Amino acid sequence: MSLSPEKALAYWRANLRIIWTYLAIWFIASYGCGILFVDQLDTIQFFGFPLGFWFAQQGSIFIFVILIWAYVFSTNRLDEKYDVHE
Amino acid sequence: MSIDLLTYLFIGGSFALYIGIAIWARAGSTKEFYVAGGGVHPIANGMATAADWMSAASFISLAGIISFVGRDGSAYLMGWTGGYVMLAMLLAPYLRKFGKFTVPDFVGDRYYSSTARMIAVLCTIVISFTYVAGQMRGVGIVFSRYLHVDVNTGVLLGMAIVFFYAVLGGMKGITYTQVAQYCVLILAFTVPAFFLSAQITGHFLPQIGLGATLGTGQSVLATLDSLSVELGFKAYTDGSKSTIDMVFFTVALMAGTAGLPHVIVRFFTVPRVKDARTSAGWALIFIAILYTSIPGVAGFGRVNLINTINGADNTGTTYTEMPSWFKNWETSGLIGWYDHNGDGKVQYAAGDAFEGSKPAFTEGAGEFGQRLVSNPKMEPAAVNGAPFANEVYVDRDIMVLANPEIANLPAWVIALVAAGAVAAALSTAAGLLLVISTAIAHDMMKKTINPNITDKQELLYARLAAVVSICIAGYFGINPPGFVAQVVALAFGLACASVFPVLLMGIFSKRMNTEGAVTGMLVGLVSTMAYIIYFKFMGGSPDDYFFGISPEGFGTVGMILNFASAFLVSSMTPAPSAEIQAIVENIRIPRGAGQAHAH
Repeated sequence: MSLSPEKALAYWRANLRIIWTYLAIWFIASYGCGILFVDQLDTIQFFGFPLGFWFAQQGSIFIFVILIWAYVFSTNRLDEKYDVHE
Repeated sequence: MSIDLLTYLFIGGSFALYIGIAIWARAGSTKEFYVAGGGVHPIANGMATAADWMSAASFISLAGIISFVGRDGSAYLMGWTGGYVMLAMLLAPYLRKFGKFTVPDFVGDRYYSSTARMIAVLCTIVISFTYVAGQMRGVGIVFSRYLHVDVNTGVLLGMAIVFFYAVLGGMKGITYTQVAQYCVLILAFTVPAFFLSAQITGHFLPQIGLGATLGTGQSVLATLDSLSVELGFKAYTDGSKSTIDMVFFTVALMAGTAGLPHVIVRFFTVPRVKDARTSAGWALIFIAILYTSIPGVAGFGRVNLINTINGADNTGTTYTEMPSWFKNWETSGLIGWYDHNGDGKVQYAAGDAFEGSKPAFTEGAGEFGQRLVSNPKMEPAAVNGAPFANEVYVDRDIMVLANPEIANLPAWVIALVAAGAVAAALSTAAGLLLVISTAIAHDMMKKTINPNITDKQELLYARLAAVVSICIAGYFGINPPGFVAQVVALAFGLACASVFPVLLMGIFSKRMNTEGAVTGMLVGLVSTMAYIIYFKFMGGSPDDYFFGISPEGFGTVGMILNFASAFLVSSMTPAPSAEIQAIVENIRIPRGAGQAHAH
């Protein structure tokens, strides 16, 4: 492995930053909108759904799918930037 | 053609397909047996992961649960999909880079300890057996209802099929069979969902249909709310669980999903680290197709069920005029009726119709031809302002299977659903059996007891272990523990409290050592098991719940205790050696996964 320790550390920190960002969105979409603030959001109607209920049973799942793919593209780009891709 | 003939054709045809694939893709080496040679395409792996993951519980039970509990069921939907986000970001790529065959492999090597490895083996086996018992039961239900054979014969038939492709094909056979099974099960779930949605709302997609407005000018969900409240249930879109319990239960399901050994092992089958991430993305897309359809199916099924039983004027339907599905499921013992008010009509509302909620059937038939029961409710009464006392027991598990019949869909749709349910149960059972046999042959025999055995001998042990596990699983299918649902809570709790934290710390903390990991796993395992056993099996009262957290959600507390004790103990004991720290640094960098693979 030709990667210098400094560069490896920088890569790891950048990777952690990506993970934290996406996990924050993951948390807000599921625990935030689907559980903690579900009653407040339910007062808003969204395409025939109470919004909180929609997040809990539909929206959070769509957001999860988008998140994983966003993560795939971000880390692929990061791997190339640090030249650690396969 | 009759429904029976069609069902035979669909199930028989799908079995022939699975066996054909098994013969085409049989395994020759341990590497092929355990991880399919490490050369599976990410899309194929995504489909196989989805089929592996979506069990009889997802296919048969989940829509039924949501249909009956409404918003409280959201924990399952979010938990069983959100876990993949954690898996993709926190575990899968690093474990793939590590490049071994199993979860205990990683735990044993990373924590340089055979004690840690054996605890991981134990967790793997307990979790997987718990799961497999439920799958075999699912196969039994489908066979007994549609093929009119005894449940036991159905289970034996299912065992024979799984035996054939799991033992012969190993991971390679299973992977390609699961791709086929995914296609069967997703068609079987979505086709009736489209029909139902179109029939009730005029929209084909259940994801949109659930929000549609009906002819009455009310939306589907508002209709469900008012129907539920009228009959004494809570409103469909309202929850009854406390917020803290919902949060802890959802975390337990998510972390449990990410820590399930049979799911993790799927990510060892792809060629590169990059592919591990991509296949998690594909897997979640394939899973989301089913999971986002579930709320629609649950809602439409509920409306149909209430309207069919209580009739248009909401006074009940005469038993002799009930459609055939009602009587068919009564024969299977999953629907029960007792005419409390003696009017010959079936009425459905909130409250128990029978003492202890489930009907206990006795021999003989009543005056309308219904099955007799020995435990009708002593003092039946209408509850919460319902117009009448409840007279019916409907098992939640029949909702998906009965839905097409309740909605009068064509016979081939009903046959397709039966084939899909069997595919869902068999694909999961096969994946679990493989994990069990790998844990025994590879982690116990090769790595711990006798490291000198050859590749060929190891493969033989793996196949023997698979045979034994199938027999044990079959035994549980024929003599199901009366507490399958509780045991499943145990499986998720254990995965969440033991496997998930130990893997996470192994990757994200270089400082974590053997002492910390072993303490953490034991603390998580013991605390979670003790809590679940006390409240589920020894009759503990819900009033004594720790902060109101139900046993299903306690895995999250176990996980927190695991982390806390692991960090405490590791801070007081020596750091791991430089080599181990180098291993951790190495798994964090994607490049070079290919070389690390052979062991």
